[in-house]
This record gives sequence, structure tokens and C-alpha cells, in this order.
Amino acid sequence: MSDTITLKNANGSGAAVIDKTLSEPHGAKPRRVISGRNIMLYGTLFVAATYYLLPLYVMVVTSLKGMPEIRLGNIFAPPLEITFEPWVKAWATACTGLNCDGLSRGFWNSVRITVPSTIFSIAVASVNGYALANWRFKGADFFFAILIIGAFIPYQVMIYPIVIVLRDIGIYGTLTGLILVHCIFGMPILTLLFRNYFASLPVELFKAARIDGAGFWQIFLRIMLPMSLPIFVVAMILQITGIWNDFLFGVVFTRPEYYPMTVQLNNIVNSVQGVKEYNVNMAATILTGLVPLVVYFVSGRLFVRGIAAGAVKG
Amino acid sequence: MTGHAKAGRPNQFLRNLNSKIASIPMILTAVVIFLGGTIWTVVYSFTNSKLLPRLSFVGLDQYYRLWAAPRWIVSIENLAIYGIFSMIFSLVIGFVLAALMDQKIRFENTFRTIFLYPFALSFIVTGLVWQWLLNPEFGIQSVVRSLGWTTFNFDPLYTPSIVIYGVLIAALWQGTGLVMCLMLAGLRGIDEDIWKAARVDGIPMWKTYLFVVIPMMRPVFITTLVIIASGIVKVYDLVVAQTSGGPGIASEVPAKYVYDYMFQAQNLGQGFAASTMMLVTVAIVVIPWAYLEFGGGRNRV
Repeated sequence: MSDTITLKNANGSGAAVIDKTLSEPHGAKPRRVISGRNIMLYGTLFVAATYYLLPLYVMVVTSLKGMPEIRLGNIFAPPLEITFEPWVKAWATACTGLNCDGLSRGFWNSVRITVPSTIFSIAVASVNGYALANWRFKGADFFFAILIIGAFIPYQVMIYPIVIVLRDIGIYGTLTGLILVHCIFGMPILTLLFRNYFASLPVELFKAARIDGAGFWQIFLRIMLPMSLPIFVVAMILQITGIWNDFLFGVVFTRPEYYPMTVQLNNIVNSVQGVKEYNVNMAATILTGLVPLVVYFVSGRLFVRGIAAGAVKG
Repeated sequence: MTGHAKAGRPNQFLRNLNSKIASIPMILTAVVIFLGGTIWTVVYSFTNSKLLPRLSFVGLDQYYRLWAAPRWIVSIENLAIYGIFSMIFSLVIGFVLAALMDQKIRFENTFRTIFLYPFALSFIVTGLVWQWLLNPEFGIQSVVRSLGWTTFNFDPLYTPSIVIYGVLIAALWQGTGLVMCLMLAGLRGIDEDIWKAARVDGIPMWKTYLFVVIPMMRPVFITTLVIIASGIVKVYDLVVAQTSGGPGIASEVPAKYVYDYMFQAQNLGQGFAASTMMLVTVAIVVIPWAYLEFGGGRNRV
């Protein structure tokens, strides 16, 4: 590694560099690549990796097989004849209850739930966090403490009162109601996230802006927002995956025509009537997992930051 | 500003007015939903509400009925087994994986990605995949049998006595990646000099981990435990997707009991009582932790 780097940097005088690196001892003592320790180390990691990858592999393989092949072979065998029919069926024609338009309806519902929930909850929570970090008023800590403790309370304790509140304001069973619920339950962790982030920015910046006569909103829009792109991305990852994967709120707060994808998926797979089409089920499962998986793979390290910050919510 | 001019000192209410306006959603959520909702549920758990919530108090009746219900007892037992094992296994597996990842290995990113991706998936997806893998006709059991061990038995989801372990396997697959990440962050926070000192003293690696590093990582362990524990009490989706509480009532959990009584059996009082018990369980875990983390902090430092 280090040799190639020195070579690149040295450009013209490559020979001299090689000479130097060869004649003088440098770097760490070379470790034997194949040692008992390494075999154990990588062996264990590979076994573990296999365990984590196997379900994904089985999902994909199963979804590409036809039903006769599934009935014959074992689940680990690769498909003899690849067919995309199960995917088409899962997306467009699989039945949940009386509807037979597949997961597509649930997918669009989930999009219609996730997008506004994410935008709205982040907008509200970022302003909240900013107020808590820079404009503390009397009693703010008290409310914030309740909010954080609230993150630990099992949802089941608060579900029914929320049903009543939503019914009273006339949005129970609608997408609006569910979006509001996601905003409420995203509030603790997002507010904490933004509060800590804004508190970590240099105070001098804030003070200078105040001296220049900027007010609450001006400082937020002109100074805080442009500096906080990373935390917004983390919050977005957290909310998109969290809301997309939600099941309980979807079941409780919406009517069947508005069911999110997770609920529809469960209804398709666990429906009691009819022949179980395992390939369609697995294709449907992958389709539902696709959005969070894409978010995960695209965001990489940011995902880790997001979940580490948001683990309290899950 | 006007208050200042008139009275000579800032009006308490108008001070930071914008900040207060901006905090209204937070205050409403905290007070109305979290505090109000919780109190509401606890109060109504002492009533005999059936289809609709009614304020006719019956004392502890709902709780007596709850603890006499076989289904609730099964739920609690399942939660206990699931909870204890998932705490132990998540911590052990998570820590071991993190320790392996901390050995300056190649392809660290690849391994981390592989261990963590299940966490991005929902419990519903996790449950359905493992339902398929543990299917006795097609899954692991049939594969091992076809390899020659014809009497091999592994169908946890269809055997009442061990069904909860089937759920546990899926839960560990989904959640250990997160624990590994938290542990790895903890390990990376430990000073290199500690390792050097241990090596100089000739202490074997496993002993260094056990007696030096793990005690130093106490805060990480406690945080991780609280995260796992508060997730355990809420477990619902996974059971619904994997077993729907079956066979019979063998894999019921409290969260599912609450949902079923509130929204299907139209027996709200039972649902409220059961959810209050869930609240108590969480309080037992979280209060000592909050005390250690925030209350005792001043004495410790």
C-alpha cells in the first residue's frame, strides 16, 4: 500500500524512492496472511455473513421459481427456469380481501404516507430543536423531558386516545390522520437530533447574527439551515425507513383502501383462503423491502448514524 | 419589546414569543398525546369499558381478569423468554461480531453492510422470510432431511412449546446488526494505549476483553440494553407476520393481546389494563437507567 503511494507522489524519482523503501525498515511488521488466527477470524466472519445473507438469497431464488419447481426442490436450490411472473403477479394482481390489484396500491399508499410525513415531521422537529437549542424559554426543558420519556412509552398505551382525538377532528381512517400520527411519534427522536445538532454549532455565529439584528426566523432560515444539511439527511433516512416499515399505525389508523404496503403484504401472504403461492409471496416481500434497502445501500455510513441516533424510537 | 418599554422589564409571556410559538407542536405532543394519552389509558383501565370507553369504575377488576386469562399468562411467559434470550444473544453476538470487526480486517465495510442490512427491513418482511425458511415442508427441515438425516426435526413455528424461539431467531437476524454497530462504536472509543499496556503486561486478548475492555464499555452496554429492552416490549409485527400468534395461542405477546382486545374483541377495558401493564414493564427498565444516567451522574463524576 504505502509503496504505491510513495511511488505516485514521487513521480519522476521513482527509482530513488523504491531504493529507499527497500533499504530502510519501515511500516508495520508484515503479518502472515494465512495464520491460524486469520483463518479463525475470517472463517467466523464468513459463517456469520452467510447466516445474514441466506434469507435474502432464498427470497430472491424463490421469487424467480415457478410453483411446480418450488413443490419439488429445496429452497436453497437456484431456479432451473427463471420466471418473472411471480413479480408481476405480486405487483399487479395478487389479492387482499376483495381487491385484486396487488401490492401496487399499497406501494402508492406508502409513498403518499411517507413523503408528507417525512417532510412535515422534519420541518416541525427542526424548528423545535432550534428553539430548544438557541431560544430556551422557561419550562422548555420540562416539555422536552416529557417528550423524551414519551419515546419509551409503548405505543399501545397511547393508541386509543389518539383514535379518539383523530375521530373528534374528523380524520380517523384517512391518510391525513396517519401522517399526523407519524409526525407525533417521530417528534421525540427528531427533536433530540436537531436540538443536539444546533447546540453543537458555534454560539458566536448565533450571537453575531443577533447583534446584526436578525430575529428568530431569520437566524433559522439564513444561518442554521444552510449549515445543517448532514443532519437533515440523517433525519430523512431515519424517517423514510421508519415510516415505510411501520405496520401497527397503518393497521390501526387507516381503512383498508389506504393500507400501507407492509399491511397489504401481510394480508397477501397470511391470507387463509386459496393455494399458497410462495413465489408470489417472496416477490411481494422483496418488493416491500426494496425501498428501505435502497435507502440503506445508497446512504451507507449515514444510515448507521441515523439508526444510532434513532434507535430509541424503534 | 413593547413590554420592555412599558414596564421597564421584559414581559414574561412575550419573552421568546417566537420560540414559544415554534414549540407549540412539541408541547402539544408531549402534554396532550404522551402525558394525556397515557393518563387517559391508565384511568380507563379501571373501568369496564367494552365497545366504547365509559367511565364506570370497577376497581382492579380488569387486572384480576387479565391475570386470570391463560392467553395473557402465555403472552407474559413468551415475552419473558423472548426478552431474556434476545438480550443475552443480541449482546453476545453483537459484541463478538464487533470484536471481530475491530481486528483491522479487510472488507470491513462489506461485512458491516451484510450484518446490518436486515435492520433496514421491516419486522413484517423479516417475519415472512423466516416463516418461509422455517416452513417444515420446504425450508431448513426438508433440506436437511433430503441430505440424508431423515428424522431431522426443526419446525419451531409449528411446535407450540418452542415457537417463541422461532420468533427469536428472526428477531436476532434483524436486530444484531444494530447491536454490532453500537458495540463497534464503543470499541473504537477505547484508547489504543489500553491495548498496548495489556500486550506489554502479557495479558491474553480474551482476558483483556473480559476484564478491561467490557468494564470500560459499561455505558455502551447499558444504552444498548435499554434500546433492546424497550424494543422487546413493543414486539408485535414480527409475531403477526411469522405466526399470527399461533399455533393456537402459543406465540402470543402482550402487544398483540392489547391490539386484539382493543380493536377486535371490542373489550377496551382489558386492552387498557394490558397496555398499562406494558407501561409498568417499561418503567421498571427505564427508570433505573434514567436514574443512573441522569440522576446519579452528578455523584459519579
